Order: sequence, then structure tokens, then C-alpha cells
Amino acid sequence: MSNSDNIVFVRTEMLPELPPPATETGVIKWLRENLFSSVTNSILTLISLYIIYQLLSGFLPWLFGGVWTTSSLKECREVLDGATGGCFSVLTERWNQLLFGFKYPPDQYWRIALAFVLLLIAIAPVLFQKLPRKLMYFTGLFPFIGFWLIWGGTLMTPIVILVGIIAGYIAFTRLEHNSFAMGAAGGILTAAVIIWLGGFVTGSMSGFLALEQVPSRDLGGFMLNLILGVVCVSLSLPIGIALALGRQSDMLIIKWICVVFIEFIRGVPLITLLFVANVVLAYFLPPGTNFDLILRVIIMITMFSSAYIAEVIRGGLAALPKGQYEAADSLGLDYAQSMQLIILPQALKISIPGIVNVAVGLFKDTTLVSVISMFDLVGMIRGPILASTEWNGVYWELWGFAVLLFFVVCYSISKYSQWLEQQLRTDHR
Amino acid sequence: MATMSDAPSESFRLSMLLNDKRYRAYTFQFIALLLLIGFFSYLGVNLVRNLQAAGLNISFGFLGDPAGYDINQRLIEYSKDSTHWRASVVGVLNTLLVAVVGCFFATIIGVVVGVLRLSNNWIVSRLMSVYVEIFRNVPVLIWILIIMAIFIAVLPQPRDFRGANAEASMFLDLFAFTGRGFYMPKPYFAAEWAAGATGWLIVIALLILGFIGSRMIAGNATKIQEATGNRPTTWYWTLGIWFGPLIIAFFVMGLSWDVPALKGFNFQGGIYARNSFIALTFALSIYTAAFIAENVRAGILSVSKGQSEAAASLGLRPNRIMNLVILPQALRVIIPPLISHFLNLTKNSSLAIAVGYMDLTGTLGGITLNQTGRAIESVLLLMAFYLTISLSISAIMNVYNKSISLKER
Repeated sequence: MSNSDNIVFVRTEMLPELPPPATETGVIKWLRENLFSSVTNSILTLISLYIIYQLLSGFLPWLFGGVWTTSSLKECREVLDGATGGCFSVLTERWNQLLFGFKYPPDQYWRIALAFVLLLIAIAPVLFQKLPRKLMYFTGLFPFIGFWLIWGGTLMTPIVILVGIIAGYIAFTRLEHNSFAMGAAGGILTAAVIIWLGGFVTGSMSGFLALEQVPSRDLGGFMLNLILGVVCVSLSLPIGIALALGRQSDMLIIKWICVVFIEFIRGVPLITLLFVANVVLAYFLPPGTNFDLILRVIIMITMFSSAYIAEVIRGGLAALPKGQYEAADSLGLDYAQSMQLIILPQALKISIPGIVNVAVGLFKDTTLVSVISMFDLVGMIRGPILASTEWNGVYWELWGFAVLLFFVVCYSISKYSQWLEQQLRTDHR
Repeated sequence: MATMSDAPSESFRLSMLLNDKRYRAYTFQFIALLLLIGFFSYLGVNLVRNLQAAGLNISFGFLGDPAGYDINQRLIEYSKDSTHWRASVVGVLNTLLVAVVGCFFATIIGVVVGVLRLSNNWIVSRLMSVYVEIFRNVPVLIWILIIMAIFIAVLPQPRDFRGANAEASMFLDLFAFTGRGFYMPKPYFAAEWAAGATGWLIVIALLILGFIGSRMIAGNATKIQEATGNRPTTWYWTLGIWFGPLIIAFFVMGLSWDVPALKGFNFQGGIYARNSFIALTFALSIYTAAFIAENVRAGILSVSKGQSEAAASLGLRPNRIMNLVILPQALRVIIPPLISHFLNLTKNSSLAIAVGYMDLTGTLGGITLNQTGRAIESVLLLMAFYLTISLSISAIMNVYNKSISLKER
């Protein structure tokens, strides 16, 4: 028997859920937890907000009040008439010098642009495993096309070198079953002979698909940074691998040659090596030879970066468990086979982040060539542009542009490396 | 009946040099050695022929000749008539000055930024990430040039300090920040017997004594703690032994300050740090600090949370957890890359040449090289200097790494 009448109050229906208090949800909660959780945090937040405000209040009017269409700083200041704003017209007027240097023939800019686009296509299959593997053939061809496009001259020169290298490779595969060393020696010999013979053919066919020749001292601007970076990194990878393997070798003489080379290069600043390229190297070449500065610089920067890459790869080799080496030996593989098939694929995978770091660092270091009076991006800004009567004194716009270019390239490379690390993580996912 | 016999002993054949693993190594090394000797003798022969053709020789005698150029920023006495060797020493000291000051500030900024990047304050950690990414991804040469340009453009010139209604004024009447450089008060000792280096040697000796004394006090306190379980309060003793003698010495030697003052068109007196030095040091510091910050962050993240929880469950107080548990483990990760960043900063200081700061690359590798034409010798000395620094620091690093490496089975 129910005696509900005696009870003062019993709620019979369920109440609807109330929303959580305003301080515990949404933006307010987020603000409380992330920005104002304690006194120190609140102070830090306020300081940060003040810094951001100061930066933006200086930067935004400068960016949006900018002038894009004048032909000198004086004119630009007249247009601005005391208002805040950047003279970005220096970029619209001198963009070609900043990107291509001041001597590259303007009617040939399309060659550089084309080479750059082809470079992206050639690099893509190396960077992304999912792209069709057939594209790698194009990557192999790109150095020759790129050389022809940028430096000009007849297409025969790259073709002859390409044919020589292919012949050398065929010779290598034929001889490899004897021993790796014999194959390598035979391959190099074949390539050298074919290229030497091809020299006569090139001499007689110098008009074949010839582009206007551009001497290397006419290269400049951001293009020069890109060329130096790409060429030196790709050349230093194989050299770095060889040095790392040499440093691990049991053969004492070879080991010590590698150790001395690596430690020497890593111990001196790049700028001293550039001095060597600029003023010293000529003393060590046969009298009368005169090969151009950019080639000497490429040699020196390649040596520099290969020493650093060698150390990174050595780290990768050391990180491999010893069982991998022993397993390769127990399968009866010889040294070249075990390296190619077992050790290097794993070691290189481990060293990818390090290699990318070295590559980014090297690309940034290519600006040092401006110190030995080559006109890369920094050299162009400091030299011809800031020294010209029209644009003397436009610091912010020019340096801002340089910062932007380098930041975009380097930041995307390092983001790519992080992405790749995720992709290659084959252990516990 | 089967008999055991040795494997047939093979007589040595020439083809074994290529095919037998035992001998092949010797063949390769021999070839490598031959190639190396051939390569170097080729370079050597070319060098001799080139030098003969140019009528030159290799000699370091030029270091004794008068340099004939001025160096505007120097730590030791130097004049136009000093030798090239003296100019190089001035350069070496300038390089070391930038390196030491730069490493000092880079470490401070780097540690602060690295810790703030881990802060749970969203806006602060984002701001620090932006700083790190921007500075890491742009060449240091560009930063040096930008900061030099900012210094010249933004800071007032000495002439702006003149007059009753000056556009600029000195900070606390002690410091002047101008586009030409910073002027700071310079301490010196008024007492005659302590003038010059003597006074500073006394100060250094007192600091060393203070260090030894404070270590002794700490050791004594530990002994008492181990015997009785109570650690005596020692902070006032430590403070006294550090600063007591020092303050007395300053008083006796008459410590005074030489404050920079505007005379004519420029400031006179005090310590003058040129704008090139300030810009170079500042740029190198904030550039390297971005790398150090990443490093510090990685080091702190590498200590797992269980470590601090375990320490807390043992009853350790927070500052002891930090000192005894977290820091020793984090430093193991932080210090080796930190030292290599210091080395990078030292090597990057050779970019001084871009802003006209006279470090070793500016004196020996710059003006001396151009004046005497002794390219090979100058570059050789330049490389030897940097190599010595790098190799000695890596030698110290190897010893340190051995001492902190985990002792495993």
C-alpha cells in the first residue's frame, strides 16, 4: 500500500540534463586551462599578446600599405608621402635579378623555369614511393637535360656522356659476377673510353640542337643557391656512403684516410674551404688549367657535405644490430652484396632525418658563396641591388624576400622529412 | 680405416691477391696507398711548378713584417706598425670573444625558449615554435646582415644625443646604445698599486678561493648530515665566502667606473663594443639558440614521466627531484649536441667578414692575405686554428661521453 500522501515531495519525472557551467565549457574553459591557469601563466600570456600586437602592428601596415609600381626608392617615398608601407616595387622591378642573377640573358629565362619544373618532376619519384617507378628513368635523365638547359651548348655533350655512362653500366653488370671490384673498374674504363671517343663526335656536331651558351659566371640569384644545393647534395650522397663504409672498414689504411678526411673537413668552417676554392686551389692544378669558379666551389661544398653525410650514415650503420651483419655473412653473401642488399637499405632508412638535416644546412650554407664574390641571392642583394642608386636603402623588403624564399624551401623540406619518418616507421604502429 | 689428414696446404698463387679474402685486403690497401701517394705527389709537383712560375715560395716569414693596417676592435695593444702575427693574434682573440659571448647568450636564450616551448600555455608555446622554425630555416648569414642593417637603421647616431632637446638619451645615464655600437661603463681600480692587470688578477684569485671555500663548506655540511641526519644551514656562510673578500678587495682597491660621455661628435670613455661585434654576436646567439631550444626540449622529453613520479613516491621534494633525478638524465641527452652547437657557433663566427668585424678570418684570411698574397700559408694557418679548437673540444667531449655513458653489463 502506497502512502505517498504522507511524503511531502517526491519527484516522479526525470529532470533534463543541465548544460555544464559556462566556465567549464567551450572557449572559456579552453582559455582558463591553456592561457590563464596560474598567475605566472597569465603574465606570460599577456606578455606574449603584447609582443604579438607589437609585431603585427608594425608588420601589417607595412605589408598592406606597400607600393608595388614605382621604379626607384625616391619615387616610392614620394608616393608613400610619409605613410607606413613597404617599397615592394624593388621586388617587381628586380625580381629577375633576385632569381636569376644580373647577367643571365633575359630572353633565356624560360630555360631556367623549365629546368626547375623538370627538377620537381624528377625529384618526385625519389620523394614519394607511391608514384610510378617508371618515373625514375626520367630522374636518371634529368641531370643531362638540366645541364643542357641551364648552361646551353649542343645537346650532343650530355648525350655522349649519357651513352658513356650507360655503356659503363652494361659493362659493370657483365663483369660483376666475377667480382664487384672488377665490375666497377671495367665499367669506369668503358665509360671513359666512350666519352673520350664521343668528344670527337661532339666536336664535329657542335650545332646539333644548340642553345645559346651561358658561361657559369653569369649564373646568379636564388637559382645559383638552388643549383649549388641540389648538385652538391646529390653528389655528396654516394661519396658520403663510401666514406662511411670506409671508416667502418677493417682495412687500416683505408679507414685512416677516411677518418682524417672526415675530421679535417668537419673541423674547419665552410668559408675557409671556399677560400681554398677561390685562391688556393689554382696552385695545385697543372699550370695553365683554368676551370671556372663555380666548379671549384661545387667540388669544395661537395667535399664539405659528404663529410657530414658520412657521419650521419655512420650513425645509421652503428645503429644496426650486429645480427644483421652476421646474418648476411652466414648467407654467404660477399661484402658488396651484403652491403647492397641488407645493410645499406636499413642503415639509410635510419639516417634519413639526419641526411635531410644536413641537406637543409647545406642549402642554407650556399649563401656563403657571396663572401667570395659570387652573386647568389645574398650577393645580389648586397651587391648590385643595394649599391644601385635607385634602390640604395631598401633593406626590409629585400631581406624579407630572401627570408621568405629560404624559409619556404627549408621548412617544406623539414616537414617532408617528418612525414617520411612517419611513413617509414615499420615497427609498432 | 680412415685416417685424418691436414687439408692440403695450398701454395701461394698470384691470383689469390684478388680472389682470396685473406690477401685481397692487402691488395686494396696497397692500391689505395698508391693512389693517395700519386694524388698528393701530383698536387705537390703542380704546386712547385706553379710557385716557380710565379716566383713565389712557401714561407711564413711574412708574419714578422709590419702589417700596416688598423684594426678597430681589439682586446690587446695593436697599432699599424705591429706585425702580421700580432694582427692574427688580435683576430684570434676577437674570434674567441664572439664565440664565448655568443655561446653564453645562446645557451641562456636556448634553455628559456626550450622550456617555454613545453609550457602548457598555448600561446607561449606557439610563439616559441614560430621563433624556432623561423630562425632554423633561414641562413645565418642573412640573419647577421639583417640584424646589422636593423642596428644601423633603428638605433640613434651619437649626434642625436647632443643638445638640450636631444632626440635620444642615455639609458640610466650609464649606457648609450647607438648605431655605431654600445657604450658601457668600464670598471677600474683607483688605487695605484692595483691599477691595470694586478687588480683583476686579485679578483680572479679571490673568485677561485671563493669557489674552493664554498665547496669545502658544502662538503663539511654533507659530512655532518651523514653523521647526524641533519643538514646545517650554510647559505649565509657560502654567500659570505663568495662575496665578503671580494667586497673588501673592491673597497681597498678603490673600484670606480669610467662612464662614457658625449664629447664632440662621439662618446668617449667606457667600454665600446662596435656595432659589427654586437650584431654578429646577437645574430649568432639567437640563431644558435633556436637549435639549442630544440635540443633542450628533446632532452627534457626524453626523461619519462615515471622517473619523476618514482622520485616523488620516494618522498623527494620537487627541487631535489629536479636536481637528482631529472637533470642528470636530461643532461646526458642535452650536452653532446649542445657542445656541437657551440662548435658550429664558433665556426659560423667566421662570417664576421660579412659585417666587417675583424676576427681571424678578417685579419689573417682577409687583409693579410690580400696584402701579402700569401694565400696558401694564410689559409693553412686559418684552418689549423679552427681545426685545433674543434679537435680539442671533441677530444674533451669523448672523455665526457665516456664518463657519463650508462654502465651496462
